[in-house]
Amino acid sequence: MNKIKIALVGQPNVGKSMLINSISNAHLHVGNFTGVTVEKTAVMFEFQGYKFTVIDLPGTYAFTDYSIEERVTHDYLCNEEYDLILNVVDATNLEKNLQLTAELMTMSKKIVLAINMMDEADAEGIAIDGQYLSELTGLPVAKVSAVARTGLEEMLYLAIKTHKASQQELKLIFSEALEEEITTIKAYLDRHKFKASISNRNIAINLLQKEKKTYRTLHDNPIWIELQPLLVEADKHVSLHHNSDDIKEVFAEEYLAFNRGIIAETVKAENTEIKLSMTEKIDRILIHPVFGIPIFLFFMWGLFQLTFEVGSIPMEWIDGFFSWFGELIGSSISNADVRSLVVDGIISGVGAVVLFIPNIVILFIGIALLESTGYMSRVAFLLDGFFHKFGLHGQSFIPLVTGFGCSIPAYMSARVLKNDRDRLLTLFIIGFMSCGARLPVYVLFAGAFFSEHHAGNILFAIYIGGALIGLAAAKVLRMTAFKGLDEPFVMEMPKYRLPALKLIWHTVKTKTWMYLKKAGTFIAAASMLVWFLSNYPHNAALEASYASQIESVGEEKASVLRNTLKVELLEQSYLGRIGKFIEPVFTPLGFDWKMAVALQAGLAAKEVVVSTLGVLYALGDKVDAENSGLMKVISKNIPFPSAVAFIVVIMIYLPCLAASVVFTKEAGGIKYFFYLFALTTIVAYVLAFVAYRLTLLIV
Amino acid sequence: MKKLTECKKGSSCTVIKLHASGPLKQRLLSFGMMKGVRIELLEYSATKSTVEIKVGKMRIALRKEEAELIEVEINE
Ligand SMILES: Nc1nc2c(ncn2[C@@H]2O[C@H](COP(=O)(O)OP(=O)(O)OP(=O)(O)O)[C@@H](O)[C@H]2O)c(=O)[nH]1
Ligand SMILES: [Mg+2]
Repeated sequence: MNKIKIALVGQPNVGKSMLINSISNAHLHVGNFTGVTVEKTAVMFEFQGYKFTVIDLPGTYAFTDYSIEERVTHDYLCNEEYDLILNVVDATNLEKNLQLTAELMTMSKKIVLAINMMDEADAEGIAIDGQYLSELTGLPVAKVSAVARTGLEEMLYLAIKTHKASQQELKLIFSEALEEEITTIKAYLDRHKFKASISNRNIAINLLQKEKKTYRTLHDNPIWIELQPLLVEADKHVSLHHNSDDIKEVFAEEYLAFNRGIIAETVKAENTEIKLSMTEKIDRILIHPVFGIPIFLFFMWGLFQLTFEVGSIPMEWIDGFFSWFGELIGSSISNADVRSLVVDGIISGVGAVVLFIPNIVILFIGIALLESTGYMSRVAFLLDGFFHKFGLHGQSFIPLVTGFGCSIPAYMSARVLKNDRDRLLTLFIIGFMSCGARLPVYVLFAGAFFSEHHAGNILFAIYIGGALIGLAAAKVLRMTAFKGLDEPFVMEMPKYRLPALKLIWHTVKTKTWMYLKKAGTFIAAASMLVWFLSNYPHNAALEASYASQIESVGEEKASVLRNTLKVELLEQSYLGRIGKFIEPVFTPLGFDWKMAVALQAGLAAKEVVVSTLGVLYALGDKVDAENSGLMKVISKNIPFPSAVAFIVVIMIYLPCLAASVVFTKEAGGIKYFFYLFALTTIVAYVLAFVAYRLTLLIV
Repeated sequence: MKKLTECKKGSSCTVIKLHASGPLKQRLLSFGMMKGVRIELLEYSATKSTVEIKVGKMRIALRKEEAELIEVEINE
């Protein structure tokens, strides 16, 4: 079968990832802000007997390699094999988008131009003459809409046609002064029969642009001796003409002039103002100098309120279901050990985690809305001044917010920060943003110790508190480990877009499904392990001695004795011994050994904290075996000050195993992991101790 | 010499020269900010530490320090 490999290139936020999603059945991450895609992804599909491989690349404003994500695109385009470039542009802002297109046109690669967002262009009254645009530039042009799914097949046909064609004649025309120099250099190369994989005209352009790779190649060639003075002369001439000695600026101006010429010929816009001012009208409220931040805080507060209030309704059903299910299964298993494994181990462990699905879903919806409406960049704008005081970059906001969902994509998205120091600093702070997996722990404790009215506020306070501690940590790190100059903050603010319900639904569904899958596999396995460690070894002597006592006393005393037996058995189990061993470390924080064990288990995954507590208290519950609901058990077994200290540790200590691995990879070395470990452990311990003591004083 | 930060909210100006260098200049250029281009000033943040401008059809947020590197002429 014929194969076509396509590199998808374009400026950020023009809908590249969305375009792939709509021509294949891929589900790449899409969001309405700059820097959603930070890593290349290959998507394969078949069309008209062709095997397409499309590589989704991070968006890049210009063909540069300053930030990691730009480098991914830059290096891919320069070093990898591919058949053609599919250059995606935003129909509603061609002038800016074509700047990159013009740059790509000097690469001597086959290019197809996909003008995306045609639905928005139509709505804004922008008409584009694709045919004429194609004639003027030599680029095959497809007008598409990834959202409305129009023009997609035509685009693919065009790609096949371009792939089959032997060569592409691109017409990129510069000012007279520049053209003159290009002609001179090209003529020189031609005269010396210089041949390379790219045309001599493009070599001339690249030499004038001072493109490093071209320089390096020609530098080793004998013709360089005569070429060099030619270039010096040309450079002088061009910079004189443009009144600038910055060649990048010169070329940007040249491209802009070319693009404006093209646009004047091919684009007809009627009263674009109406629709555009929509975004500005909303902005007038949302980024208002006085009300902007309070509005944002209100949204956050509302989200946590919803998380708790609405989330707790289906929670009761889920809780009920699992108790019923546990009893049902339990009664059908005759072997006591197996029954305990299934009911106390797996079902209560997994159940404790699944219980929080409603909360998680609401949180995910909130994040998806933030990402897809365009509000994300506004908040970055609002908070930049504030962040800056703590030595953070406004754009750090994006990875930090992503961190409220899950730390792993957050670590990845820190790549949008150009400066390595800013990026590292952000990486260290991301963990302070409580991820979705920690939400169950918070909901559990907030629900256990506070009335329903306050629980939502407590959640909000926990999240804000975590973020503030993170900011303070950033400040300290900035003053010590990451000293240095401030990085510029320049960020595009996208249009507000009504998020497609399907898109939100899909993102939330995928994430929720992943959470459920984790509960069914990883968490179930961890629960089994915890169950095993807390049930073995059996102590026949202890059981026997209690058994004889129980027989000799009345029914009432017997039940008390039975519970004491349970507790003692648990304490002499493997896990109990481990717990007792590490307990002294946590005594200053007011933790009993069960909490200490749950914390350690949380290093594997934060949900395991809840499932471990579920298993441990289901087994050794001295209150009442029939007592339903982990919340009640928690509130009866754990003193309030200890609970506060526990929450503080959960907020701060080391992210889960998977996140730690990604952190280490993104930070670029194992030593950073140890720094992170030291930082989070010390901060968590000290603050938890303070919190414990303070609460003891108050309560 | 007038800086971009001297423009009032709601007013417009024309770029005379970019005093930035390196990656920042590259970024500004790729946003279409170069001499002769019209800029509209949309909003300042509360402490005036950040500013939102409009270049062509694009809205851009800049910090004061960066905006000061853009020399402009205020339009009538
Ligand atoms: N109206 C409309 N919106 C679109 C279209 N294509 C994409 N979008 C929206 O544009 C935004 C950006 O889409 P993405 O696919 O994430 O853009 P991208 O080019 O991959 O962005 P980066 O990965 O940051 O480079 C999202 O909010 C999409 O919903 C379209 O054809 N019409
Ligand atoms: Mg993308």
